[in-house]
Amino acid sequence: MNVAEIKQPASGTVPSQETLVEARDLRRVFDLSRPWLNRLIEREGRVTLTAVDGVDFSIRRGETYALVGESGSGKSTIARMVVGLLKPTAGSVSIAGTDVWAKAQAAEQRAMRRRIQMIFQDPFASLNQRWRVQSIIAEPIKAFGLITNPADRAERVAELLSLVGLDPRDGQKFPHEFSGGQRQRIAIARALASEPEFIVCDEPTSALDVSVQAQVLNLLRDLQQRLGLTYLFISHNLAVVRHMASQVGVLYLGRLVEEASAQELFSEPKHPYTRMLLDAVPDIAMEGIERRSIAGEIPNPITPPPGCHFHPRCPRVMAHCKTVIPPVEHAGNTSVRCLLYGST
Amino acid sequence: MSEQTLTQVPARRSSRLKNALDSDLIYSLRKSPLTMVAAVVTLVLVLSAVFAPWIAPQNPYDPSSLSIMDSFYPPAWEADGDPRFLLGTDDQGRGLLSTILYGMRTSLAVGFASVIFAMVLGVTLGLVAGYFGGKTDSIIMRIADVQLTFPAILIALLIDGVARGLAGSHAYDEIVFGVLILSIGLSFWVQYARTVRGSVIVEANKEYVLAARLIGLGPITIMFRHVLPNVLGPVLVIATINLALAIITEATLSFLGVGAPLTQPSLGTLIRVGNDFLFSGEWWITIFPGVTLAVLALAVNLLGDWLRDALNPKLR
Amino acid sequence: MTPTLSVKNLRVEIPTRRGTLVAIDDLSFDIAPGEVLGMVGESGAGKSITGSAIIGLLEPPGHVAAGEISLQGERIDGLPPDAMRRIRGRRIGMIFQDPLTSLNPLYRIGDQLIETILTHENMSHAAARAKARQLLEEVGIPAAGERLSSYPHQFSGGMRQRVVIALALAADPDLVIADEPTTALDVSVQAQIIALLKRLCEDRGTSVLLITHDMGVIAETADRVCVLYAGRMAEIGSVQDVVKRPQHPYTVGLMAAIPSLTMDPHESLAQIPGSMPRLGAIPSGCAFNPRCQFAFERCSAERPEPYPTTSGRAACFLHDTGGSKLPPVENARRAEKAGIAVKGRTEDTVS
Repeated sequence: MNVAEIKQPASGTVPSQETLVEARDLRRVFDLSRPWLNRLIEREGRVTLTAVDGVDFSIRRGETYALVGESGSGKSTIARMVVGLLKPTAGSVSIAGTDVWAKAQAAEQRAMRRRIQMIFQDPFASLNQRWRVQSIIAEPIKAFGLITNPADRAERVAELLSLVGLDPRDGQKFPHEFSGGQRQRIAIARALASEPEFIVCDEPTSALDVSVQAQVLNLLRDLQQRLGLTYLFISHNLAVVRHMASQVGVLYLGRLVEEASAQELFSEPKHPYTRMLLDAVPDIAMEGIERRSIAGEIPNPITPPPGCHFHPRCPRVMAHCKTVIPPVEHAGNTSVRCLLYGST
Repeated sequence: MSEQTLTQVPARRSSRLKNALDSDLIYSLRKSPLTMVAAVVTLVLVLSAVFAPWIAPQNPYDPSSLSIMDSFYPPAWEADGDPRFLLGTDDQGRGLLSTILYGMRTSLAVGFASVIFAMVLGVTLGLVAGYFGGKTDSIIMRIADVQLTFPAILIALLIDGVARGLAGSHAYDEIVFGVLILSIGLSFWVQYARTVRGSVIVEANKEYVLAARLIGLGPITIMFRHVLPNVLGPVLVIATINLALAIITEATLSFLGVGAPLTQPSLGTLIRVGNDFLFSGEWWITIFPGVTLAVLALAVNLLGDWLRDALNPKLR
Repeated sequence: MTPTLSVKNLRVEIPTRRGTLVAIDDLSFDIAPGEVLGMVGESGAGKSITGSAIIGLLEPPGHVAAGEISLQGERIDGLPPDAMRRIRGRRIGMIFQDPLTSLNPLYRIGDQLIETILTHENMSHAAARAKARQLLEEVGIPAAGERLSSYPHQFSGGMRQRVVIALALAADPDLVIADEPTTALDVSVQAQIIALLKRLCEDRGTSVLLITHDMGVIAETADRVCVLYAGRMAEIGSVQDVVKRPQHPYTVGLMAAIPSLTMDPHESLAQIPGSMPRLGAIPSGCAFNPRCQFAFERCSAERPEPYPTTSGRAACFLHDTGGSKLPPVENARRAEKAGIAVKGRTEDTVS
């Protein structure tokens, strides 16, 4: 695995103070209404779903920022807005000061896209099964015009394959000839092909078996150290997040309810939801001990509870939780949206 | 159980042919004797149509080789038969075997051409509708809905009538095949468009398409290079079944007298001509082209049915 | 005491055109009355196939080629479909990953429950209705009486899985087979469902075969664990032993690979090189030998039998001479870090 020649932005393993990615007041509303004719005839109103409701976060260069949440929390929607696949209804995302969604020259757009890549959840759907692996990996190189000479390009593809721990000869094969873990390695090689600085990992191991999950997580960490990558790591698995992240944001029904360094979040969770989530994690160290279960289920995101979305399930609910949307409060280095931590 | 699939395809290009023969498709073909028969029948019919000028005993459209004295011979095995004309002759003294071979040539050519026309049109519109969605999708699919309310034959008759009126009867003979292909093709595109649109809507949300969008590829590139190869399976099935339908539609049009002209008859034209003699005892003139048409359509249809099942992962 | 379920030398074959696949090879285990046996393994290891084989619902052309399956001492493999249908539901309850596959979307929840109760028990419709209501209350569905007339789509995912549990327990079966019962659910709901299943089966003394890929779920639910690898049993033993002191090198690697909230996040996870072989390409000898850091000559030549361990059995030659020669799991993780396990080696390409 010779990586010395691979050109990547040089950077240390320790997160710097420089902010690479910044999301401000990110919001996304989906219109789930039926066609207007149906609405007219059946006298229905519009139906909207606020998947992401005013989320702010910033990611420093070289760190792994994890977004944790259950279904309906809006974590995948955020991922898609950050990489530029889904337009935010309001708010902005910027990478190194450049707005992802601002109207820009085609060349600028391309230059920015090259710096952001994504690794998807399902390695069976993320690779075009009709293409050979080498064409899949070479595609970003071609699309961004990084290497035009076919021989050099083939060499680069071979280099990328060995970087992710595959045999360069595997490029000849089709995706169906590989196991799930190997496919995820191919997807990682494709993401690295455009020499990005920032990679969004959307549940990269939740479709994999545990022994393979460990391989992929180790590979991602290894690559981050070698290439100075910055990750936005999306997951519902807290143990995996604990292992990967330096900074963690907890989402509940489209709102960021708590944000802290991984160290702090796991040792001193502040928001009642975070605490419950940590208690609910199935852990092999807990054999014989029953998990404390969270009461109730996640409400329908189309009609979220008013006030703090978590109040119907919260053990420490107070009267004004049902009406007041909690503002962001700072408790030490943690930001938390909970009235328990209010200054008043 | 996807981890347990047994496909073990070696990567070397030299073994591609071996792989093709060893593929699941060929395997399922060999497992179904009926499909094997259908495949052989189709192959024989298509080949004999393609090579008609070389294998037909006579050229039925070369006036110098025809003699009115040879007319109305019954098939060779009947008492009055002539060994030169295996399936008998028609009113002009043309050998039926030869006319059928040439007629099948016309039928198949029109069938294939109109299927390809419908496929290109339908697949393109389906891709566009499915990938872009919204208004584009609504407009294309509403046109498709309207078109579906008219029977295919009616549309074909309409287009044919308009073309005939515009071109005049003399010039019409020259463009007749173009009009046939256009009218049959136009009445079949909807099925392709609907199928492709449905598959595209599924595929366009798959992560490999998102990955392609991420690197800034344009919609045309994504549609044709990424999505199209993944939706071709169902298209192939429809095309096969439509081939049979197109041949029958062409025969119907020709039977109604708005199709292939007498100078270049298709199977439908032959059946129409023979129909006049059916009740005067010369049954062979219409029965043999009719049987050929039925066998051809049935065989192609059986192939289509098999293909649909073989390409359906749920039934494998 | 007769075990509730006894599986002896089970062999499941799937004939394909490229030869016969052995999906389950020589698998034996018992489940005692009231016991929860966890069955773990990676996808393709044969967990679900074992479950389907027991209830006689193997997808053709798969079939039981050898071995015996007995329910309370009676053979149930090879029973005619009719007899098997009577056993399913009445004597063996089933819970699947997706609750929607077990519920008919066109019928009210109450009617489905009542129908199940009436087919298996001789009672009046009114009594069945009362029992259905009581079952729904037991599985924690609020306003059970009104919910009887709801349709499956009117329930949330967690509530649906509760209904499925009620349905599985409706006829007081001897055994419940739960195949990934919590995989489709959110973390916060998983814990509720697991606790519910465990409590109900304890109360009734029902035995459970819990099939899952999630060691966390097994760790807090099961009494004993059976670990499958490539259709064969790697190890079986008490849950404490398998989790804390695994005896088969595969289980050792598996346990070390699971990220845990209590481990040091700066340490990299132990990883087993390679991936589980496909059924068409199982290595000779011990199926795990190409990935095993302790493998020696005998491992690729001979197939290990399950040798006795402290609380169960492990199919590994390290246990052949009686005592274990296997270092405990903490050491294995250190050994891995020290680079003893072939580092940098990745999943072997299946060719």
